[in-house]
Amino acid sequence: MIDHILTLLIFFPALAAMLGFVVTKDSIRAYGIAVAGIEFLLSLWLWYAYDPMVSGMQFMEAAPLIPAFGINYLLGVDGISLFIIILSTFFTLIGIASLTEKRRIKDLIITLLFLEMTMVGVFAALDAIVFYVFWEFSLVPMLYIIGAWGGPLRIYASVKFFLYTFTGSLVMLVGMLFMAYFYYQATGQWSFAILEWYRLILPENFQLWLFVAFFLGFAIKVPMFPFHTWLPYAHGQAPTIGSVILAAILLKMGTYAFVRFSLPLFPDASVFFMIPIAVIAIIMIIYTAMVAYAQEDIKQVVAYSSISHMGVIILGTFALNVEGVSGSVFLMLAHGVVSGALFLLVGVIYDRRHTKLMSEFGGLASVMPRYATIFGIMMMASVGLPLTINFVGEFLSLLGFYKQSHMLTLTAGTAIIVGAIYMLSAYKKAFFGNVTNEENKKLKDINKTELVGLIPLTIVAIWLGVYPKPILEPINNSVESVIQLMHDKAQSAEAKVRIPDLSGKNGTNTMQEAY
Amino acid sequence: MLEPIHVALGSLNIATLAPMLIAVVGALSILIIDLAKGGLHKSLYVMIALLFLLLDLGALVDFGGLFLKNGTILGFFDVMLMDGIAIMSQIIIVAGSMLFIPLALTSKRFHEYDYPEYFALFLFMIAGFQFMVATDNLIMIFIGLETASLALYTLIALHNRSKSFEAAVKYFTMGALAAGFYAFGSMILYAISGSVEMNQIATILAEDHYSNIGYVLLSMAFMIAAFGFKLSMVPFHTWTPDVYEGSSAALAGYMSIVPKIAAFVVAMRLFEFLVHSGVAWLQVILYIGVVVTMTASNIWALVQSDVKRMLAYSSISHAGFVMAAVLIGTTQSNTGLFLYWALFSFTNLGAFTMIWVNRQKNLLPGQSSDHPYEKFSGMVKTMPMGAVMMGLFMLSLAGIPPFGLFWGKMYMIGSAVTSGYTVLALIMALNSAIAGYYYLKLIVFMFMKEPMVGYNQFYFMNASLSLKTIIGIAAVGTIFAVFAVNPLLKVITLFVYNSGY
Repeated sequence: MIDHILTLLIFFPALAAMLGFVVTKDSIRAYGIAVAGIEFLLSLWLWYAYDPMVSGMQFMEAAPLIPAFGINYLLGVDGISLFIIILSTFFTLIGIASLTEKRRIKDLIITLLFLEMTMVGVFAALDAIVFYVFWEFSLVPMLYIIGAWGGPLRIYASVKFFLYTFTGSLVMLVGMLFMAYFYYQATGQWSFAILEWYRLILPENFQLWLFVAFFLGFAIKVPMFPFHTWLPYAHGQAPTIGSVILAAILLKMGTYAFVRFSLPLFPDASVFFMIPIAVIAIIMIIYTAMVAYAQEDIKQVVAYSSISHMGVIILGTFALNVEGVSGSVFLMLAHGVVSGALFLLVGVIYDRRHTKLMSEFGGLASVMPRYATIFGIMMMASVGLPLTINFVGEFLSLLGFYKQSHMLTLTAGTAIIVGAIYMLSAYKKAFFGNVTNEENKKLKDINKTELVGLIPLTIVAIWLGVYPKPILEPINNSVESVIQLMHDKAQSAEAKVRIPDLSGKNGTNTMQEAY
Repeated sequence: MLEPIHVALGSLNIATLAPMLIAVVGALSILIIDLAKGGLHKSLYVMIALLFLLLDLGALVDFGGLFLKNGTILGFFDVMLMDGIAIMSQIIIVAGSMLFIPLALTSKRFHEYDYPEYFALFLFMIAGFQFMVATDNLIMIFIGLETASLALYTLIALHNRSKSFEAAVKYFTMGALAAGFYAFGSMILYAISGSVEMNQIATILAEDHYSNIGYVLLSMAFMIAAFGFKLSMVPFHTWTPDVYEGSSAALAGYMSIVPKIAAFVVAMRLFEFLVHSGVAWLQVILYIGVVVTMTASNIWALVQSDVKRMLAYSSISHAGFVMAAVLIGTTQSNTGLFLYWALFSFTNLGAFTMIWVNRQKNLLPGQSSDHPYEKFSGMVKTMPMGAVMMGLFMLSLAGIPPFGLFWGKMYMIGSAVTSGYTVLALIMALNSAIAGYYYLKLIVFMFMKEPMVGYNQFYFMNASLSLKTIIGIAAVGTIFAVFAVNPLLKVITLFVYNSGY
């Protein structure tokens, strides 16, 4: 069974979702929690069975799908994808457990389980087309969640979300077909297997074009400035559960894909585009932080701060060294935990007051002390206070990029510190001072259902901030082999210098057997 | 006095006629049954037609085996040509027709199905299309085309609504014009080469080093116009939405699949040798035609308020997408054409059948057309299974993996990439994104809006067990397409490659 655990992880929720049609409306929540719980335990088992010392792919599975065109069902996890898979199952569980939605709950839970299938599928796929299938299919459940349970502008927001990402992905598909064609020309065989693509050394000008094609698909998903305009709408209109999954997992697909595709496939192009992308990332950090400061709606503040932090992830990824990439992968997890928790917290207050405007609140700390405490911890984590989870990732990402460019890193670092202003000011507006609004006086503090989701997230946010090693180490091992691969493949002199050579160090000699 | 010509019967290879003759015999036997005893129920005729089509399909599969063993089969002084693409396209034609004909078994009564002639005409039409693809003789193509088209005009008109007559007359007029263009085009080809067989024309033109290039181009201009009408390429597409709207949804779905594959095969035979011999003008015109057809029809589809008209424009766009295969002209792209069309027939048939089961007899007050988007509003709440099915077909048409059409799209774009048409590949991809919007619009109506009063009584009004079965088959074909792609690709590549395309 452990040999096929990835297939099980992908298709168990989908199968359960289909059986869920039979379950009655009153029991569907318990059913959803049970399924998501089993799925989460399975993913923990995956972690348990995972060997952190091996840097390459583990639990690999292969089955022919369309061998005539080189498409095979290939799965595997390494340190980079393992924890994102666990994060996906974790958030699906928490999301369903703390669900407060009452309308058509059965449809919602079935949709969430289908969404879980696509999320795990994206991170476990090792064949570009299988990856693409899950990547695209994940749009459909999300479209439904935003469009059917969202706010007044939900249809506009959901269609915008769908079309933006769909367009970008189609360009990426053309890029993938090109890669396969290159592989065909080089070897005489069609293949969409990512690990086999890794072996290809492409001429530099082709790398540039292909990098751009893949970049469009990923950048829209992340979303990077200037493709980010769909995200505030999506977050603004989505129900709490939609925002949580979107921010915690779906956006990570883009940043994960950079690490999985762009860096190892196109090392020279990655170096070529390093500075431009870093500049975009810094614009993203500063610009969205400023926009966040101007927001009146507390959910929009969280949404823009989420985009802002995605900029740090991009910066770390394009540091192209072990610190930066490991840091960015870790930050993906941290960002998932923190922004997911913040959206849950916003959902708590929205359920009580049906408004998200900060001007409506004030002095909540005295009415809802427990709520204010958890919100405070998560906000501190979000601004990157040391000993919280975000700090580790942000620090490593910036450290990595510092090796490439001092100036840009300093700008980014300052921007992050300045970025704390909007979070603190938002917190001040909502929680401190006197209770100005009569309606807020009789608000109930956070209840058990909500705590079920928030307590574990708080624990994780602090635990991994204090002691990140159990997660950072496997990530580091896998990232090292990616960086080494990039160094070996790099052709231009600049790329050879920019991407460090790790072959002298320990632990990377496993690379040969891994790839 | 001329010597009488002695022809040995064996040299005619009458067997090459067998598939078409089965359909013709089927049509005649339906007429004979009606003569012997009138007033029989439509279910009898449907089943008879199905049985004859099954025989037809069997004969084709048999020919497929023969082709793989012995290569192309010729008959009747090389007029009949049973090569791989002829067999492949006939299989799609007959199988598509077999899925279509049970749609006559509606629970409501429709005028046209009371006439046994409807079923006879239907079988004659199939025989016409089969003749059209199983030859490279320009005259034979003409006869096949006209047999099929005349039968089709009548089938449309039999629907007995004022819009149907309009549609039939419009289609007939346009079709007559196209036939005229076709006749002119072939006449010029005959004048410069002295032959009506395409492979001989190709040889003669090549030996001649295209010295008559002006005439060749003139004839190609006529031919492009003729096939533009049949394939509804922009700007010859204007009849399509009106005709689709006027005919019954079932027939409209049929028209979006079967007549087009026949026309594609002829276009492949006719245009590809010219594209390959470097007639640049033709290449440019086809390129423009493909891009404009895809893009313009997508944009028109965006603004439609009726689902059936939207699907009409969408099928124009799909035709443009597939026409790219004729332009690219490699084995991979031609394989892609057949793969795409096989997958498309399942999905599109499903979509049109869904419209067909929701057909209402009388319009509500304020309802401007048969199937406005509002009709499907909030369908998921009143008819969840139906909405899920319709949503599935829409997602597949939009090219969302893992549903059927995605694999066709992927392979077609792949073939464009492989043969160096990078820009075309990008345009094809971006067009899929534009198309995503209008398919999504229906999904938005079905899943995200509230139901409208009055419309939900029409959901599945027209449904019967056989219609639901067809929807089920289409859905299974759409969902599990991924497992069919590999065997399909292998077989199609073998057939296409061995026919020299």
